[in-house]
Amino acid sequence: MSFLTPFEYEFFRNGLIAAVVVGGLCGFIGVYVVLRRMSYIGHGLSHAIFGGAVLSYVWNINFFLGGGLWALLAGFLIHSISHRRWVGADAAIGVVTTSSFALGVAIISTHRTFTRNIETALFGNILGITQTDLGIVVIISLMVCGALYLIRRPLLFATFDPEVASAYGIATGKIDLLFITLLAVTVLASTQILGVTLVAAAMVIPPVIGRYLTQRFQTLLITSPILGALCGAVGMFLSFYFDISSAATIVLTAAALFTALEIAMLARGKKPSVVL
Amino acid sequence: MANPHDHHPGDPHSLHASNSEERLWHRAAGLPLVDLAEVSSRYGGTVALENVSLKIWPGQFMAIVGPNGGGKTTLLRTILGMVPISSGKVLLRGRPLTRSALERIGYVPQLETIDWNFPITVEEVISMGFFLKNRWFGGIAEKDKRKLNNIMERLNLAALGKRHIRELSGGQQQAVFIGRALLGDPELILLDEPASGLDIRSRDDVIHFLHEINHQGVAVVLTAHDLNWVAAHLPWAVCVNQRLIAEGRPNEIFNAEVLRKAYSGELVVFHHDGTVMIGERPHAPHM
Repeated sequence: MSFLTPFEYEFFRNGLIAAVVVGGLCGFIGVYVVLRRMSYIGHGLSHAIFGGAVLSYVWNINFFLGGGLWALLAGFLIHSISHRRWVGADAAIGVVTTSSFALGVAIISTHRTFTRNIETALFGNILGITQTDLGIVVIISLMVCGALYLIRRPLLFATFDPEVASAYGIATGKIDLLFITLLAVTVLASTQILGVTLVAAAMVIPPVIGRYLTQRFQTLLITSPILGALCGAVGMFLSFYFDISSAATIVLTAAALFTALEIAMLARGKKPSVVL
Repeated sequence: MANPHDHHPGDPHSLHASNSEERLWHRAAGLPLVDLAEVSSRYGGTVALENVSLKIWPGQFMAIVGPNGGGKTTLLRTILGMVPISSGKVLLRGRPLTRSALERIGYVPQLETIDWNFPITVEEVISMGFFLKNRWFGGIAEKDKRKLNNIMERLNLAALGKRHIRELSGGQQQAVFIGRALLGDPELILLDEPASGLDIRSRDDVIHFLHEINHQGVAVVLTAHDLNWVAAHLPWAVCVNQRLIAEGRPNEIFNAEVLRKAYSGELVVFHHDGTVMIGERPHAPHM
């Protein structure tokens, strides 16, 4: 079997493009997710989408539409509950996302006819992605990256120093809401590829690896998506050759890279100068 | 109470030389940069400030002192419009707080509030000061890059631009955030406890930067805990404990009566070589 063998299959070509695009997107937005200490939000939103995905199947609505609206609602609820400061952000995420996930499980228990579709939502189905799905994923990725580029200055200021950002006239509440909306859309685009259980890893591991490699924010914004896309591509090839789940292989590739870096650091007796 | 107009240095060859005439006009017209008139504010049911009236004049160099929870930081945040006031009014240049008026005020937060693990360099932090000018879009013009380099040189940060902010000394870290505030061409810089947590050398560096900035015509208002540091370096002090207790030269207002009102305790006040010094009264040992 040669290096080019997998390219003979359309499902692999589509899957490879999707893995690279989603890996890059998750790596990009993941920089802000990790620095804003919102890793748990990414994890929670993906689980919240599960409720929307199940309802989409039951009501026969397009997954992106049903799941998207559900994700936006969950993001808005998390934002509004945590901003009232009566409840911490972590507790707000716990309440909203587990409730949504539980709703999905409850509906499944009464409709046992779509087990296969639910498995797709949980663990992803990158090899079953169609040209239309791919087009939607690419468009969503371009829109999210474009929006993040446009708000890059206030978003960096509000992420690094929210108190002074507010004094400089940045509407930090609105920026937070916009960011959580973009995050919800990213999770939605990634769920069909990686599944609700693995999306968060794709958003967290690349920026954490990138953090070992650079101390500059601008450089991290470049290295993290490259690492995400690279892990997506390598994971797809390994998945093909070893016949393992693609989503799991992509995440395990990123985890292996992280572990290798950790071991290399330990072997050289070096501690990272800065930790997340 | 001494006249706050007495000590303004106002250097016409400063960064703001083009504004010096305007500054003099405002001083002559008696228009303060900031005018707080009987301002009260609350956090929930707790009174933070009560009927505080205070004027900050162009070129003034002032410390706000008082006990923990006495309203020092709230006073700074009130000037910036970050704290809702329950009564009174805040005027900037004689006008109500507006977004454009606030653009001429720089703010330096407490270093303790900064996430020192954030992957960001000295140059990236200072460049945030361009946000007011370039807002959401637009690159940094060549003229602005020269200004950035000029400020970094003035603050002795020119060789440290690519360093991570955690690699700097305490004084240099404070200088980075002062640099970010300076980039917006402020008339007034507010600093929240700039000397807090710094060693003597770093505190000396910080006060040196601030004196230089003030000599160029920028009003500087800072909060501080160390009364001796304030007495040694600042020409004007305001003592608050929810209410404004006293305002004037440190030599004049740092006396037993004012300090008792502010800190609810007995402090030893003595004068040495023209400078007032404050010490704690030792407790009598238990026999």
